[in-house]
Amino acid sequence: MTAPRTGRITKIIGNMVTASFDSAVMQNEVAYVLHGPERLKSEVIRVRGNVAEMQVYETTGGLKIGEEVEFTGELLSAELGPGLLGQIFDGLQNPLPELAEQCGYFLQRGRYIEPLPAGATWYFTPIVEPGAWVRPGDKIGFVVEKIFKHYCMVPFSFQGNLEVASIRDPGDCTPHQEIARLRDTNGKTHPVSLTQEWPVKIPIRAYREKLRSGEPLVTKMRIIDTLFPVALGGTYCIPGPFGSGKTVLQQLISRHAEVDVVVIAACGERAGEVVETLKTFPNIIDPRTNRPLSDRTVIISNTSSMPVAARESSVYTAVTIAEYYRQMGLHVLLLADSTSRWAQAIREMSGRLEEIPGEEAFPAYLESHIASFYERAGVVRLNDGSTGSITIGGAVSPAGGNFEEPVTQATLKVVGAFHGLSRSRSDARRYPAIDPLISWSKYSSFIDEKQRERGLMILRKGNDVAQMMKVVGEEGTALPDYIEYLEAEFFDSVYLQQNAFDPVDEATPRERQEYIYDFISQIFESEFDFEDKDTARHFFQQLRQLFRGWNSARWKSEEFERTEREIRELLLERVKRG
Amino acid sequence: MQKVYSHITQIAGDVITVEADDIGNSELAQVTTRRGTSLAQVIRLDGKKVFLQVFSGSRGISTGDRVRFLGHPMRIATGDALLGRIFNGSGKPLDNGPELADNLVEVGTPPVNPVKRIIPDKMIRTGIPMIDMFNSLVESQKLPVFSIPGEPYNELLARIAIQAEVDVIILGGMGLKYDDFLFFRDTLEEHGALTHSIVFMHTAADPIVECLLVPDICLAVAENCALQGRRVLVLLTDMSNFCDALKVISITMEQIPSNRGYPGDLYSQLAARYEKAVDFDTAGSITILAATTMPGDDVTHPIPDNTGYITEGQFYLKNGVIEPFGSLSRLKQQVNAKTRDDHRTIMDTMIQLFAEYRETLEKQAMGFQMSAWDRKLLKYGRLFEDRMMSLKVNIPLEQALDLGWEILHECFSPEETGIKKSLIEKYWPKGV
Repeated sequence: MTAPRTGRITKIIGNMVTASFDSAVMQNEVAYVLHGPERLKSEVIRVRGNVAEMQVYETTGGLKIGEEVEFTGELLSAELGPGLLGQIFDGLQNPLPELAEQCGYFLQRGRYIEPLPAGATWYFTPIVEPGAWVRPGDKIGFVVEKIFKHYCMVPFSFQGNLEVASIRDPGDCTPHQEIARLRDTNGKTHPVSLTQEWPVKIPIRAYREKLRSGEPLVTKMRIIDTLFPVALGGTYCIPGPFGSGKTVLQQLISRHAEVDVVVIAACGERAGEVVETLKTFPNIIDPRTNRPLSDRTVIISNTSSMPVAARESSVYTAVTIAEYYRQMGLHVLLLADSTSRWAQAIREMSGRLEEIPGEEAFPAYLESHIASFYERAGVVRLNDGSTGSITIGGAVSPAGGNFEEPVTQATLKVVGAFHGLSRSRSDARRYPAIDPLISWSKYSSFIDEKQRERGLMILRKGNDVAQMMKVVGEEGTALPDYIEYLEAEFFDSVYLQQNAFDPVDEATPRERQEYIYDFISQIFESEFDFEDKDTARHFFQQLRQLFRGWNSARWKSEEFERTEREIRELLLERVKRG
Repeated sequence: MQKVYSHITQIAGDVITVEADDIGNSELAQVTTRRGTSLAQVIRLDGKKVFLQVFSGSRGISTGDRVRFLGHPMRIATGDALLGRIFNGSGKPLDNGPELADNLVEVGTPPVNPVKRIIPDKMIRTGIPMIDMFNSLVESQKLPVFSIPGEPYNELLARIAIQAEVDVIILGGMGLKYDDFLFFRDTLEEHGALTHSIVFMHTAADPIVECLLVPDICLAVAENCALQGRRVLVLLTDMSNFCDALKVISITMEQIPSNRGYPGDLYSQLAARYEKAVDFDTAGSITILAATTMPGDDVTHPIPDNTGYITEGQFYLKNGVIEPFGSLSRLKQQVNAKTRDDHRTIMDTMIQLFAEYRETLEKQAMGFQMSAWDRKLLKYGRLFEDRMMSLKVNIPLEQALDLGWEILHECFSPEETGIKKSLIEKYWPKGV
């Protein structure tokens, strides 16, 4: 090719730089702004006449009119290959620990480091023979990465059927070393290495078909799994005002969810929260694999004080990495915290472009951006018949805690489950503060649908009585109504609420949830015999205390069995029949 | 080498436009008028046009005045010479001391790499039970004090400043009344805290652009101290004035407002400042306390709302006391397990009972019958308000915990508190 295409800066506003150019420019291509020795990464986001407007992924202090811009002809891409697991990247896939080693405390502008360490060696095992025909996404060999067979696949960007011209023998190789050559139908051969690049804003589609999401994803949070379940390959959102526990909830799910790989996109949120995750995960052993949680986790951290444009790309980088692992037939959970900050980054750029604003100054395309992001979730059948999935959970931070705002509304339209957090529940320290009266899910739970409905009904009735009681007082409430109220409160406090600081109660596996929910359902079906409200209240208080102890007893331990007996005895005293 | 231009083509708000070549974004310039010289900063470049926000305001600038570009971004002197000194929003002395130009550092440095941070675990003791006991302040925390105008938030900040065990206090005033400024200065002096304090003061009478600089300057100086291993406490008051200044400038620059006139990047702007709070893995720390007045006591207003999403909790000042329910310290769990074994229990129990007291108050107001239990709660609530919540109370944490036990003992039997037996045996006051 010829000399790189270049342009000259004509305008600088915040992190938007405009450059004039003579040759061709591609929409969304990556360009570098050259400032002395610094090369600042940016992306073309609008072309008008012979000027290109670009968002710079760095601060623009010191840049001058007339400085050179170099266009690369490539879309913003992620590097995919072994070595992603356990890593901590910024929004542009720079590994943060390596950056800290080179630059110290602060993030230096214009420093980009290869995402995958070039010096690492992996033991490669081929699984196809020369002469075999393969398609993009087909597995041709594997290396062992942490706990998984990390499959090396035909690059997703290749076209049509290809013949394996050569493939190397088992042995150590580095990420960029050639492992195979593939011959396309025109007879041209292409080298393949352990790694490949993929443009982050385009979904990877090297699979046979997309399937319906069905099976429940076990998060071990009772209120989610039982009442508002999420399906493997589904999507859900957690909107909530500040202080309602969005991040804590996301952290708990990232620890306990029964999936193979977790990708965390910490997008425009507090750095302290990321620090907690990245310092504690290496020390928490995942009971399912007996390896540290960090071995199955990839963190993309573009916190609130890091450059805004990179915040916009961070969720795409995260979902691309998730798609890459899905291509290996793994179940991936992507947690984005918070999608509102991502939407705000889009809004900031739209404002700089002087686009006509929509509601609350968000651009008109906000909804389609949100929708296409969540659409990258799903279960797929791969070329070899196996399946993989991506489940996306997005936290939303609505302004003023008001769910009527554009980001929440646009998100609700496209997700399959809604876990709405409420201030009143978090103020009352009822955690997780998912409000059962406003939340919903379109997926099915592992709990029988009828039983699930019943639980919801108890809560609704209890709330009705509570509202009434505010007006007429306790003395004005009839005993049967009062019992319904107590039942709902009891259900809420021993089943929906979970103590995140209790080593047993923080995560309830499926088997235990089914057992306990069945037990509680039986209580609801019984009829009680109470003389007055005081005895009723006293009874439920006792029951609650026993149940709380039960919740923190290890499954099927002696304490568990003993508490169960005590609960049954207490019930026998009061149950009329059932 | 420095270039001088004398053709100002536009003056709008506090932003002037000159035609110039080879000017860097965010660079500083000096504008010389008949009234003196002022600093200005490049905020936009468009072809030959250079947009500058003038720190001292545009009043009195004529189109023929001279603009001299300095070729560097905003810088501030650092080092021990600053201790005990008072400056204005652009770093000029207000205390008759000499101007300082040593150890200049750039203002608005890049963010800290998250992997170089550590999980905070050191408590800052303030002597205020509502903070130490119920919402402990932790080193490297960023916490706003939400309050309506008229609440004693400056008094609270001053008290924390003189009592907190830190190495350096940096006070940034934004749009302060001159009286408040004098109050801070005198209080710090009286308690001998001025010698390890640095004050950057912008009063309501000063130009609005200088208000924008105060947090950046304070935090640049703080960062420098922290990198030298010091523990720094930064007090900012009032951040709402800073946000309003942002609004003014963005509207002058014809940016599309997002919510009630505030710019769409309000969140990022606030985060860039608050996220400077840090505990370095091998150096000192920065803790930020920022007064934020809420227009109309409305926590959903864009300023407190965006702030709340950034900070690690908030102190909610209402009716002259720190309200236990709106207030939250997100980092308290990191420290309150290590203070005394009854800390968490006493904290939870007292708050739960206080919540019940509030419910009882409502019931009482609506004329429902008061049971024996209700009367106990009423007594408890009053004692709690008098002895614990009042900002006049000034006792160390351990004494506050003992006081908690005493209050519980005066009002309830041990079973009624729901505290587990082992703690009751250890701490429940003996005798009647």
